[in-house]
Amino acid sequence: MPVFEVFRQERKGQPFAHAGSVVAPDAAFADAWAREQYGRRGESTALWLVPRDAIHQVTDWADEFDLKYRRVDGYSIKERLRIARERAGTAASRDR
Amino acid sequence: MHANERARQLLAIADDELILGWRDSEWTGIAPTLEEDVAFSSIAQNEIGHARALYELAARELGSDADTLAFDRAPDDYLCAPLVELHLLDWAHTIARRWLYEEADRVRIEHLMRGDDELAGLAAKIDREETYHRLHAEMWAARLRDEPRFRAAVDELWPYALGVLPQELRPELARRVGLDGSNGFGDAHGRGSHRPELQELWETMTEVRRSAPGAQW
Amino acid sequence: MDSRTQEFLAYVQSGGQVEATDWMPDEYRAKLVKFVEMHANSELMGVLPEREWILKAPTLQRKLALTAKVQDEVGHAQLIYRVVEDLGKPRERSLADLIEGRAKFHNVFHYPTRTWGDVGVIAWLVDAAAIISQKALLKCSYAPYARIMKKICWEESFHILHGRDVVLAMVTGTEAQRELVQEALDRWWGPLMQFHGNPIPREEDPMWTWRIKSQGNEEARQQFLEGYVPQIRELGLTVPDPKLRRRDDGIWEYSEPDWDELRAVVTGHGPRSQERLAFRRRFLEQEKWVRDAVLAA
Repeated sequence: MPVFEVFRQERKGQPFAHAGSVVAPDAAFADAWAREQYGRRGESTALWLVPRDAIHQVTDWADEFDLKYRRVDGYSIKERLRIARERAGTAASRDR
Repeated sequence: MHANERARQLLAIADDELILGWRDSEWTGIAPTLEEDVAFSSIAQNEIGHARALYELAARELGSDADTLAFDRAPDDYLCAPLVELHLLDWAHTIARRWLYEEADRVRIEHLMRGDDELAGLAAKIDREETYHRLHAEMWAARLRDEPRFRAAVDELWPYALGVLPQELRPELARRVGLDGSNGFGDAHGRGSHRPELQELWETMTEVRRSAPGAQW
Repeated sequence: MDSRTQEFLAYVQSGGQVEATDWMPDEYRAKLVKFVEMHANSELMGVLPEREWILKAPTLQRKLALTAKVQDEVGHAQLIYRVVEDLGKPRERSLADLIEGRAKFHNVFHYPTRTWGDVGVIAWLVDAAAIISQKALLKCSYAPYARIMKKICWEESFHILHGRDVVLAMVTGTEAQRELVQEALDRWWGPLMQFHGNPIPREEDPMWTWRIKSQGNEEARQQFLEGYVPQIRELGLTVPDPKLRRRDDGIWEYSEPDWDELRAVVTGHGPRSQERLAFRRRFLEQEKWVRDAVLAA
């Protein structure tokens, strides 16, 4: 029997998060079984059931060169900001 | 004791749901797969829940309470149909009964929902929860359709299924299930007499309660 | 130990998490399967002592609550066997090993239940002992197992409350009902004290080494005593161990549990071990046709 991955949404507006899996012969059984295993306490507002085979996992990225320019930690504006404020006469008494 | 016709009607349905729920709860832990075990247990709990709601309604008519009605009557005073009393601890028979009972119960519930009283409102609530039971029963019945054990079980239980309903509703059940009513429904095992299994069921069901009558649990 | 395994060990010991599709040393995988499978077996076998009381529950409320509790145990078994399956061992093989006596399950599920008093004591105290271990497993290095523990712990919290409620109803009921609880406690105390296992130091426990367990056996037992002995005593119940006492430094002293009994019981020599395995075997075999024919895609 195939494995169906179960994603559950706890409340409307929230993301669907992976919750577990059920082993079932087809989508009808997966529906009937997952809704009780992951919803009998009203703890889920929706489920996505996906055959495991339909899921394609990605786990590795090349990380050879400096990618900091794409991220917040690649920018340090403190010093230049201080100089700019001094020139404009807008330096605050408290360091920002 | 049953001067009240309305109370009798409520007790009959409540007793059906209690005893069938009791039978179905026996599968907890031993169903064919773990996933099915969890689902089936929900169905059993729903049935007990329906029984409780119906007993509570009857309790108001009779000046009693739900637990007293559920457990403190003698076996002969129960008004359930023989179908639910059968001890069917094999899967083919269990699904056959679930499937047949859901069809009969649906006919009964639709009939009740046509009223405009509190029972109609409760019937509508029960009906909404039964959606899952029907989905489950049909799903299994479709898979088991060609399985000889299942066909044999359905044939065997058919007269009992008819017995869940009063005479006038039996043709409707036959129409829906697609089973033959050509012998005029004469063989239906209706309410009024109990299977011998009910005595043993009742003794187990009430063993703890009878050990301390009137006690709180 | 080769260098890849050495690296892996350092990784988990510094808090690293492992997923089902990651490389793992054979030893880690093997120990994990055995540990997790024993947990799954325990949830499944734990159903059997309790399910007969579903049928005897004395009120509609108790019947519903007990059915829901036992349903949860089955659900936990499903969650945990899935973890074992994804580690490479099919469910049929785990179940076959279980009923053939090649696999273990926790001691408490090898003992008889005799009265409704057992129902309360088990749901309250056995589940309490279990949840202590389960909370510690939230930090397991193997992530799929740690993740399901969250759902399990959440569901167990209602079990303990239900158990305590059952006990409370009886200790505030008739004298005979109170005696049922005390008598059940007298029988269950020994198995409860053995439940967390013998006090092998963490450093000697391979489960700790690989960070499968994040808590030593004795630590778990102390947590149980600290949390629950006061709760037991405040109901006027007595714990059947004259040596049980809390030292000034907060450590509980107690009579040495019978470790031989524990060893014998978990390997299938408990009072109900064989009967329950036979019961499980009966239904697995009876419904094999459903799995093999009906559900096979």
